[in-house]
Amino acid sequence: MRFQIDRRAEPSSFMRFAAPVYATFSTLVVSSIMFALLGHNPADTLFAFFITPLMTINGISEWLLKASPLILIGCGLAIGFRANVWNIGAEGQLVIGAVCASGVGLFYPAPESALLLPLMVIAGMAGGMVWAAIPAFLRARMNTNEILVTLMMTYIATLLLSLLVHGPWRDPDGYNYPQTALLPDAAMFELFDPMYRLNTSILITVVAVFAMWFFTERSFFGYKMSVGGAAPLAARYAGFKQSGSIWMGLLISGGLAGIAGMAEAAGPLGQLSAQISPGYGFAAIIVAFIGRLHAVGIVLGGLLLSLLYLGGESVQLSLGLPSALTSIFQGMLLFFLLASDFLIFYRFTPSPKPTKGGVT
Amino acid sequence: MPSFREIQEELPNVLETNMTPRLELRHICKRYPGVIANDDVSLSIMPGEIHAVLGENGAGKSTLMKIIYGAIRADEGEMVFDGNPIASHGPSVSRALGIEMVYQHFALFESVSVVENIALSVSGKFDLTALANRVRDVSKKYGLPIDPHRFVYNLSVGERQRVEIVRCLMQKPKLLILDEPTSVLTPQAVIKLFETLRQLAAEGCSILYISHKLDEVQVLCDSATVLRNGLITGTAKPKQSTPIELARMMVGADLPETHLDPSTTSDTPFLNVNHLTAPSDNPFGISLNDVLLSVFGGEVVGIAGVSGNGQAELISFLSGEVLFKGADTITLGGKDVGQLDAGYRREQGLAFVPEERLGRGAVPPHHLSDNAMLTGHRLGMVKNWMIQRGKANDFAAQIIRKFNVKTTGYESAANSLSGGNLQKFIVGREIELGPKVLIISQPTWGVDVGAAAFIRQALIDLSRTGAAVLIISEELDELFEVCDRLYVICQGQLSKSLDRKNTNVEEVGLLMTGLNNNSNSDNSKAF
Repeated sequence: MRFQIDRRAEPSSFMRFAAPVYATFSTLVVSSIMFALLGHNPADTLFAFFITPLMTINGISEWLLKASPLILIGCGLAIGFRANVWNIGAEGQLVIGAVCASGVGLFYPAPESALLLPLMVIAGMAGGMVWAAIPAFLRARMNTNEILVTLMMTYIATLLLSLLVHGPWRDPDGYNYPQTALLPDAAMFELFDPMYRLNTSILITVVAVFAMWFFTERSFFGYKMSVGGAAPLAARYAGFKQSGSIWMGLLISGGLAGIAGMAEAAGPLGQLSAQISPGYGFAAIIVAFIGRLHAVGIVLGGLLLSLLYLGGESVQLSLGLPSALTSIFQGMLLFFLLASDFLIFYRFTPSPKPTKGGVT
Repeated sequence: MPSFREIQEELPNVLETNMTPRLELRHICKRYPGVIANDDVSLSIMPGEIHAVLGENGAGKSTLMKIIYGAIRADEGEMVFDGNPIASHGPSVSRALGIEMVYQHFALFESVSVVENIALSVSGKFDLTALANRVRDVSKKYGLPIDPHRFVYNLSVGERQRVEIVRCLMQKPKLLILDEPTSVLTPQAVIKLFETLRQLAAEGCSILYISHKLDEVQVLCDSATVLRNGLITGTAKPKQSTPIELARMMVGADLPETHLDPSTTSDTPFLNVNHLTAPSDNPFGISLNDVLLSVFGGEVVGIAGVSGNGQAELISFLSGEVLFKGADTITLGGKDVGQLDAGYRREQGLAFVPEERLGRGAVPPHHLSDNAMLTGHRLGMVKNWMIQRGKANDFAAQIIRKFNVKTTGYESAANSLSGGNLQKFIVGREIELGPKVLIISQPTWGVDVGAAAFIRQALIDLSRTGAAVLIISEELDELFEVCDRLYVICQGQLSKSLDRKNTNVEEVGLLMTGLNNNSNSDNSKAF
């Protein structure tokens, strides 16, 4: 039996929202098979992966702590993605944001000042925006491909970070570890409870989610960007400038990624180190797509991806499974999501029998 | 082949003879999701018969032809060719049987020569020189002059069609299918094409002629099958029927008429193009050469011409989608706008309906309310950078009501509307903007007859309120119906202005071929 791919007459709008659920379900099914093949009871493993991490208050705190940067970056990326502006380099913008903010935190002449933290937020955001402005300029003026440029800028950013923490910014009392001295207390976000690591930077994320919803659903600029993304010729027809979308898409996502990086340094880490991010900038791409580029969806997607990080650590500790599981889950989730997306618009039908004469 | 002679003499009664039909379709059905393209279609064609398949856009003509050619499969029904049922069909089966098809949109490779294109579809030894000679023979025999060594990108649309026809004739077809062949031709080229087709029919080749143009079918065809919504609504002998009878079968109602009242025009042009010369920046584009154009308030002006003669380039300059380096070359209401983009020109009172509806005139996945805002946002739908959703909805609802757009409401997506309904929506949106100048390209392409008449009347009415209306169209009938003045574009050159009352189809047709009164040599090359 041979199959062919047909376009569906009417894509179901219910399925558009059901697709992430299907993708998650498929991921669970395939991962169960994988666990079984590795010699572990799938039910127990999935329990250890998805439930155990959330059974303590500390677990919830960690869950939200990790979800916060994912959601923050995802919101920024989604604004660009809606306009076909593909910022793949949020990881690099995050790194530069962390570097700039830490620089302010470490070298500001008045380390006790209440202005320190706000200044660091501004520095982090500005750093991320400057890093994103380079690909924006190249795309708007010279029509380079922003996917490649943003990705390559990420490598430059991580190497720059590495240079700083191995060289001039290395903590002289840090036993040669590639990290800076600890940031002063005034440079740190307040903790909700000294027992847990969750801090007030999550409020920035909450504000960003509402702002993102407002921008995409209610503002005229958001509308213009969505026209440019869905039909570039229609945007030109209506007189909407494409360069505006490029700048806006990259600067917003760069700025938010920069704040996310700043919040890592000024939150759970308390210093700048070579491993500032466990790949939040890349995982946020998945968050944006799982969330259908929509504010509410991005919150749910961020919570899911954050749980994958926690689950990976959990099964590593309790069952001795490799932490690469997290990456496998991320990959499977994205794969199944894209496949479900495809099947919203297309379907497989049996192809007609080939004719005797063959096809010319 | 003596038998063909006899048929030729019996042609008027060809349907009554007891001979084996060349092709017989029995109860053909083809369904697509949500639409039945062909519903129980049966017809038969005799050898040497020219048979028309008449119908509006979307009636199912092209689907039926593709089924006959084997490009798509019918869900039900059978086909009998020369008395033998065709069991398993496909394009290669068709060609073995002698069925050839000239598509509406040509399938030629632009960057190679005519003979190389033809070589692709000819089986046997690869010998370009011999093939070129055969091409010359065939083209001479049927009055289709074509130089086998010219490159396709150099050919006009009419010449490309000749290449397609010659390519089919090389196979000595028994049945030739032509899909809307005259939509790309000038009136003079149409006459030549008909001579060729009659000659072919006289030799015994059956011809299936797909069209929605009644006058052509009446001149050319022996018999006609009329389709509407996939169903056969009648058969006729076009030469013995009146256009009104045929139209009623095709449309299901009488043809509506438009009224062109006299009007007074403004003193100065609302839209003026002053010596616009623009070399094309790609090898397959058309360079514009010294275009002079002015449109006054209160009149409808048409630009006639076969597509691909520079219309697309000119329109992009006029709409502001492409900027022109000389700011004062294009003026709008006396203002130099050559350097100002589409948004600024719209602020100056320009509205524009492009020929591409989905993706240019409307954003396909967005709902109608959003699409109303695409150009309608100027009418107070944006306040402090925020969208006034209620106003956008009201505007969309107003367009839907005034222009009879058939839809479930302003929340349906643009790509859920039929082509004709979406066109009504876009035209409605641009007219409701209250423009000083409206540019509209191919206003009634793919629009059913009733809606087309409605759109034409709306354009006339707009101009009679004092606006300047510029229509770019391939349909000469349409232009003669609604325009006060006409220009003709050919090879990037615009003719002088013609008053509709003092010109006729022949003059316009000659200008479409690039010939004017002082240089009417080299007749063959032009179309």
